[in-house]
Amino acid sequence: MRGSKLSQFGQQTFFVGPALLFFTLITIIPFLMGMYYSFTDWNGVSGNVSWVGADNFTAIFTNDPDFWSSFWFTVRFTVLGVVLTNIVGFFLAYFLTKPLKTRNMLRTIFFMPNVIGGLLLGFIWQFIFIKGFATMGDITGWSFFNLPWLGDATTGFWAIVMVFVWQSSGYLMVIYIASLSNVSKEVLEAAEIDGASRMQVLRSIIVPLIMPAVTIGLFLAISWSFKMFDLNLSLTKGGPFKSTESVAMNIYNEAFLNNRYGLGTAKALLFFLIVAIITVIQVRVTKSKEVEA
Amino acid sequence: MKAKSKGRWNIGIEVLMILLALLFLSPFYFLLANSVKSFGEILSNAASWPQEFMWSNYTNAWKLARFSEAFRNSLIVTIISVVLISLFSAMAAYRMVRANTRFNQILLLLFVAAMVVPFQTIMIPILKVVNILGVNNSFAGLIISNLGLSIPMAIFLFHGFIKSVPLEIEEAATVDGCNPISAFFRIVLPLLKPMLMTIIVLNALGIWNDYLLPSLILQAPGLRTIPLATFSFFGQYTKQWDMALPALTLGVAPIVIFYLFMQRYIVEGIAAGSVKG
Repeated sequence: MRGSKLSQFGQQTFFVGPALLFFTLITIIPFLMGMYYSFTDWNGVSGNVSWVGADNFTAIFTNDPDFWSSFWFTVRFTVLGVVLTNIVGFFLAYFLTKPLKTRNMLRTIFFMPNVIGGLLLGFIWQFIFIKGFATMGDITGWSFFNLPWLGDATTGFWAIVMVFVWQSSGYLMVIYIASLSNVSKEVLEAAEIDGASRMQVLRSIIVPLIMPAVTIGLFLAISWSFKMFDLNLSLTKGGPFKSTESVAMNIYNEAFLNNRYGLGTAKALLFFLIVAIITVIQVRVTKSKEVEA
Repeated sequence: MKAKSKGRWNIGIEVLMILLALLFLSPFYFLLANSVKSFGEILSNAASWPQEFMWSNYTNAWKLARFSEAFRNSLIVTIISVVLISLFSAMAAYRMVRANTRFNQILLLLFVAAMVVPFQTIMIPILKVVNILGVNNSFAGLIISNLGLSIPMAIFLFHGFIKSVPLEIEEAATVDGCNPISAFFRIVLPLLKPMLMTIIVLNALGIWNDYLLPSLILQAPGLRTIPLATFSFFGQYTKQWDMALPALTLGVAPIVIFYLFMQRYIVEGIAAGSVKG
């Protein structure tokens, strides 16, 4: 009896132990430490860490316009990025579930930007915005190409949105393809026999049936755009004049450039709360729209 | 009549999608075509086909970016991290499914909750932990961090998958004298292959492409992974496109080749992961 108890414990330790150890070290402990440091004036280097109460949070709310402008950038970016990537991803999937000859090749191409990291993609596009667009402007004479793409707050914002949509919609396409191929052929045929137009079928049958995929698509796009860092860094470095600085970048700069780790962790904790609240609300809302086929 | 109009509609879509695909690929055309031009030609016409192929751009970039070193470093970090992530997550998920105790139920909840925590929220204290463990500025530090960050998602995916693996085969193995550990490695692990491939491929992509975490942990130039080497090279040769573009191409090539070979697993993995999520 005792022996079997011990062996249950032994099995638990052997199988779950390693995973739990690394998870505790790298997620649980840092999370708890972050909570502590957010109430201190830690500078990351010195051993002197003193408790400052809610001072960091007061400072963020009353005296940190840069944080709030980066927050506002991130919110605007998230709204546009989430809507555009999901729409583009859905329509790519919608057309690529039709019987096209080049279907598989097209799917491969649309997904490709996704496998390359945001940092390298940002550098590639930096070249295109600076040199490629200028050349295209000379050839076509279109003023669109001659805008100051990375040199101005408005166009810089749109430049990042453009690259983000190019990069991410292929991933969402894959999710929507998986979901669309589960929509039953009988239902679609029945609708066609009843004389429903393509738009009616799309709006009244397909979209409601793939709501689980919409839940996931929105969830993923929200978390990607909220956490955005690499793309801004390589494309604009957050400039000009911090106009394209994301929250993730603001936290990074506070901790590693200004050496205010305490303030940085306070921002990071606030960031976590905002992301958690928004994702919970989003999942609840879209889940409530899901229907049983 | 109806079939005919359907066929025409499909051809129209096909042409439209091919044009869109070309537009999607155009950044890669700009990258590749200009990577073999002389600096003067890049400046005078970035859209044209190269007049003369300057392959020396590549050899210069290869040497100056210390690319072979970066490639090796990326390979070491990615392979070790991915092997350990898959192994430890499969083991934990297996036990958590088969011994559905209160403790394991709470643990699963904790793993799921951790997936919502943005990396930026914990990155500053992670560095502190890595320092305390004495593995800062080393592959060990980066690998340990990758493990801690990727294990929750992998356990979650394995957990869903293992629930559908029948118990009978293991029971038969136990009757035949297998202990739980050898039953796992010899019977269960091979059955997990589809989900295993998914987890390997998705984590390999994420870890290979990661910039932020390696940039915080690996300071010594000799330890640079490909994104780090590209970043510092780009900083040094900003606007010297005949150097920067071949370096970028070299950085992009391995992952694109990997994708073209593994795309079936990547696409299936995303689809499977999203259904579970």
